[in-house]
Amino acid sequence: MHTFRVKAFGITKDILGGKEMVIEAPGVTVADLRSALNEKYPKLTGLRSLFIAVNNSYAAETAEIREGDEIALIPPVSGG
Amino acid sequence: MIKITEKPIDVQKVIDTASSLNAGAVNVFVGTVRNNAHGKNVVWLEYEAYETMAVGEIRKIIDDASHRWPLLGWAVSHRIGTLKPGEVAVAVAVSTPHRKDSFEACQYIIDTLKVKVPIWKKEVFEDGEEWISAHPAVAVNS
Repeated sequence: MHTFRVKAFGITKDILGGKEMVIEAPGVTVADLRSALNEKYPKLTGLRSLFIAVNNSYAAETAEIREGDEIALIPPVSGG
Repeated sequence: MIKITEKPIDVQKVIDTASSLNAGAVNVFVGTVRNNAHGKNVVWLEYEAYETMAVGEIRKIIDDASHRWPLLGWAVSHRIGTLKPGEVAVAVAVSTPHRKDSFEACQYIIDTLKVKVPIWKKEVFEDGEEWISAHPAVAVNS
């Protein structure tokens, strides 16, 4: 298992129950992290969209996450 | 200038920052807090940003706009924290040699900001609160 520290914003902060959570995932890709998150927090799957950012950029599902990367959950944005 | 701030936005400063003596047009968009949503009264809005990424994403949008229109100056300021109806949430200003480009560039920047930049708002009503756009639209009687 791989351990990731994940920042949460907007509604994901409410769903995870905090601004930052530690998540265990079976692999190192964004998709692996996403499935671990969905399993632990099923409410995430009810969102209109959920992007995962790595080091301040939107990350592809196939992207690999390295130790020390900054990971953040990006629910549907609504600025402006 | 890209600014994410808890302090009230000084729209004149945004315009001044974007202005240029070479420009024949300065175009500014000012987004304000509406006092109603879905037929209910909005008491206040809570804005939250992933600041480092928000600044980076705004910079990418400005870079794209600079390739498409002859921008001479620009500025984007977005407020976060608690905002009451009537307050300015965002101000975007651009200057270009001629007006048509200024309208198009300003619209592109605010439209793209609204779909790409990690900023969120929660509407607080008299009887509850809701993160905007978080869930798919649901039919009224379902």
